[in-house]
Amino acid sequence: MILGLEFPPLGHLVAWPTFFGDDTLGVNKVVLIYLFAVLLTMAVFILGNKKRLVPTGMQNIAETAVEFVEDSIIRQTMGTKGLSWTPFMLSLFFFIFFCNIFSVIPIIQMPATARIALPLFLAVLTWVLFNVAGIKEHGPIGYLKHALFPPGVPKALYLLVVPIEFVSTFLVRPFSLMVRLFANMLAGHILLVTFAVLSAALWTPKAYAIVLPLPVIAVIFFTAFEILVAFLQAYVFTLLAAVYIDSATSHEH
Amino acid sequence: MLFAQAAEAAGITDTGLAAIGYGLGAIGPGIGIGYLVGQAVQAMARQPEAAGMVRTTMFLGIAFVEALALIGFVVFFLSQG
Repeated sequence: MILGLEFPPLGHLVAWPTFFGDDTLGVNKVVLIYLFAVLLTMAVFILGNKKRLVPTGMQNIAETAVEFVEDSIIRQTMGTKGLSWTPFMLSLFFFIFFCNIFSVIPIIQMPATARIALPLFLAVLTWVLFNVAGIKEHGPIGYLKHALFPPGVPKALYLLVVPIEFVSTFLVRPFSLMVRLFANMLAGHILLVTFAVLSAALWTPKAYAIVLPLPVIAVIFFTAFEILVAFLQAYVFTLLAAVYIDSATSHEH
Repeated sequence: MLFAQAAEAAGITDTGLAAIGYGLGAIGPGIGIGYLVGQAVQAMARQPEAAGMVRTTMFLGIAFVEALALIGFVVFFLSQG
């Protein structure tokens, strides 16, 4: 291609060899990142569990995080009655954030959420949870009525509204949750790879190496941007999970 | 059929078409997010005390609008086979 640049095929950017185990249950780099993210999430819970009056170190970070999740995710969407969901939202937020942030940590540099398996699992988990919460609140028939028949619509229009509501609530919601997280992290990963490959290709004694600072600056800039995206996607996923659970359990509409 | 022949004659590949498709698919969400954030900033400037609520709603709106562009992105990869 340009300047004899060899760009790796897209499949190679996220595929890793299996360390041990067979193809179905093998352990590769991505699985190790999952395990590490689980350990980190547990560490936040355990280290943040100390109840000193003046918080120090880990407790400080944990308290800030709990306040963030409670104030800007749960209170804004579910109100005070949703505070019992804090442990779930907190672990969801931290797990997704830790999986995402590995995209910019040197040597590792692979977002675990750029493989579809994890976003798929989390989306299905959220789907099951908001449906179960809704059925618990309204009963099976009541929940279907609540989800599919919005009040204040003329009777004849229900022919049109019910299929739309069904598709948007039960099919589009988990699909968009999954695709949003997956595609955002994959796109960021490809962006970083592109500029890193470009920088490596320009590291030559030839005259055109004079433009080398441009892709290097781009790598630095996009690495900072990816930190923001890693946080934002964890925030948006948790926020949408809260909104879906709230809309399934609410009574007014 | 005619379109496929014309594309073949012009040397347009599936990858090229997918890239154009993604570009077209990104126009709408681009306009949408720009308008959405602009209005949100205006709302926050007029009523700073409601900034927290506006920000949450803004991110929700962005998440919904952005999904369209991301589906275009995924279709781009699927079409590469």
